Amino acid sequence: MNKPITKPTAATEAPETIKMNMIQAINSAMDVMLGRDPDVLVFGEDVGYFGGVFNATEGLQKKFGLNRCFDTPISEAGLIGTAVGMAAYGLRPCVEIQFADYIYPGYDQIVSEAARLRYRSAGDFWCPMTIRSPYGGGIFGGQTHSQSPEALFTHVAGIKTVIPSTPYDAKGLLIAAIEDDDPVVIFEPKRLYNGPFDGNPDNPVTPWQKIEGNDVPVGHYVVPLGKARIARAGNEVTVLAYGTMVHVAIASAETAGVDAEVVDLRTLSPVDIESITASVKKTGRCVIVHEATRTSGFGAELSALVQEACFYHLEAPIERVTGWDTPYPHAFEWEYFPGQKRIGAALKRVMEA
Amino acid sequence: MASLKNSRALSLRIPEPRFRPGETADFSNLNISEAGVMPRPEVDTQPKDMRDLAYGLVRVLDKDGQAVGPWNPGLDIATLKRGLRNMMLTRVYDERLFRAQRQGKTSFYMKCTGEEAVSIAPAMVLNHDDMCFPTYRQQGILIARGYPIVEMMNQVFSNALDPMKGRQLPVMYSSKAHGFFTISGNLGTQFTQAVGWAMASALKGDDRIASAYIGDGSTAEGDFHHALTFAGVYRAPVILNIVNNQWAISSFQGIAGGEDAPFASRAIGYNLPALRVDGNDFLAVYAATQWAMERARSNLGATVIEHFTYRAEGHSTSDDPGRYRPAQEAKLWPLGDPIERLKNHLIHLGEWSDDDQQALHAELVELVRAAGKESESHGTLHAGDRPSVKTMFEDVYKEMDWRLIRQRQELGI
Repeated sequence: MNKPITKPTAATEAPETIKMNMIQAINSAMDVMLGRDPDVLVFGEDVGYFGGVFNATEGLQKKFGLNRCFDTPISEAGLIGTAVGMAAYGLRPCVEIQFADYIYPGYDQIVSEAARLRYRSAGDFWCPMTIRSPYGGGIFGGQTHSQSPEALFTHVAGIKTVIPSTPYDAKGLLIAAIEDDDPVVIFEPKRLYNGPFDGNPDNPVTPWQKIEGNDVPVGHYVVPLGKARIARAGNEVTVLAYGTMVHVAIASAETAGVDAEVVDLRTLSPVDIESITASVKKTGRCVIVHEATRTSGFGAELSALVQEACFYHLEAPIERVTGWDTPYPHAFEWEYFPGQKRIGAALKRVMEA
Repeated sequence: MASLKNSRALSLRIPEPRFRPGETADFSNLNISEAGVMPRPEVDTQPKDMRDLAYGLVRVLDKDGQAVGPWNPGLDIATLKRGLRNMMLTRVYDERLFRAQRQGKTSFYMKCTGEEAVSIAPAMVLNHDDMCFPTYRQQGILIARGYPIVEMMNQVFSNALDPMKGRQLPVMYSSKAHGFFTISGNLGTQFTQAVGWAMASALKGDDRIASAYIGDGSTAEGDFHHALTFAGVYRAPVILNIVNNQWAISSFQGIAGGEDAPFASRAIGYNLPALRVDGNDFLAVYAATQWAMERARSNLGATVIEHFTYRAEGHSTSDDPGRYRPAQEAKLWPLGDPIERLKNHLIHLGEWSDDDQQALHAELVELVRAAGKESESHGTLHAGDRPSVKTMFEDVYKEMDWRLIRQRQELGI
């Protein structure tokens, strides 16, 4: 009560940071938000006592109680549908879909319901719901633990689609998503949970804890939705990437000896058109990289946007390096995965064009 | 293992209704309990101890218009008259809007003729801030809760004052202030959402409950089963209403499995109490809703109620029921008409007469006519004023992003 106002010292001004891996950062985001906002709750399959199959919700039930973090039946449609109802009530549910590959039973509730409550009710109801889900390959997960279904969500008006590539962004974007008043789907690159991945499975993974500059604030902060970041500055070619592919693209530029600018989109919908345009106009070349199948993938949208905005600045055709148009094949992980070899070749092709 | 080989060719059952156009419907096979015979268990009865109620039929009004048995809610005359008025107003409203569609003033309409009690009695039982998650055939909830008829019409006509700003198919109303959740044309989705809303209310220590509706046909959707699973597991304060009106567009309820076991009995496997109720009996629906509401408010969890009723008209303005069912089927429906039955009850009580009925009907026709005139002065679908096209790009997100701003510019507005 009526404490004398003291000037904060320099030490308390800078936020406290620690090294976190991506799972710890995601856990920290939910921890912070459960603590700040009594309307936030976390639920999903195995997320309660057990703390999630990837430990993303570890300790949250113990800290905040059963009412704030609990297990659900194995029913993606049920847990997303109930989350829509809770969000319409006024809560901010943050639910986990154990693997992105399992999200399809809940697709109707996302596309026909969550995405449209605000529009169809003319603002009478809305849906501040966040869906987190590990996505992507590189872990020998086969067809049902490796998919990248982001384009199925970027195509839908009314939801936002987010994919982080670092622990700092994962936490800041997840907090932004939970605080957002519209439904947000966050796909987490599970191959990056423990450390960055350069696309070469023979190289040992360096844990995030040993990555220089990987300092994550322990408290609340936001990475705004809809803003890309330059993951590697360069002048010769722009690489548009997100999630795991950001790190593979950076490594590919190094090994191919091409001065690529790697733009980490962070939010796919709404995408940061200004950052994309600025970079492509500067470099005059563009390579788009994603793990998902090529046809009607998010790369197709990016390619269209780039030619619409930058056609007269382009010195070479836009290239796409993607997963093939097949289901994710278990034994052919590295033939399917767009690795350094394919990305490097594309970088060289656009430089020679 | 050769002995296990089946010597007969396999065959499949494809259910068909007993009668088709040109035939005379006969409902004598229906197992309809007499009014007053079904017991009324205490609200804290274990679901396993009241399974018979999923197979019988809770009825209060007998054929003479008397209210009988333990489910008689004992309503005062004013409440009975309000129920009658709400049901009649809904029917008159439906008739006018149906005609308006035929006159080209809107694209589409759906009546709830014969099913008025199913929406109006529960709306009168529940508090106005208990959230209903209706299908497109519960317009009676809005009418019972006093939502302005003119506003409903503005929505149907997609006119300048349409509260949904011209975005929704006619009859897909929404009003949070009246505890009426935005209607989805995707059948079944609201059932799970209602359970989620109720879970949220319970998690917050609120005192509001939810009431969800689904049709007999849509009980085959996954959402129905997800909703019952979650409602059972978390003991959510929600009433799960199944409106069995016998028809899903052109498919009879047997196509959804209703012939083999009543839809109410689906609840048993989820350990939820189930009531199967005469949906054309205003008092039975009222009493069943009171029972389920008391359970929900007492933290005893969800109740499944099957309202056994009959869709007396087509599915919508887009189908001709004469093409798939006997023309006289509605007239032969053994449970009668909810308005007639409540009227007869009031007459039996000496509180009403045919003259009163005619006078009230005339009053409501005039009320709806005047509302129609007012609404049409703000435009209809193809004539007069409509919402600003500019608003088409709003409310996709809370804030419009660059894509929508550019697209709006592209449209030149």
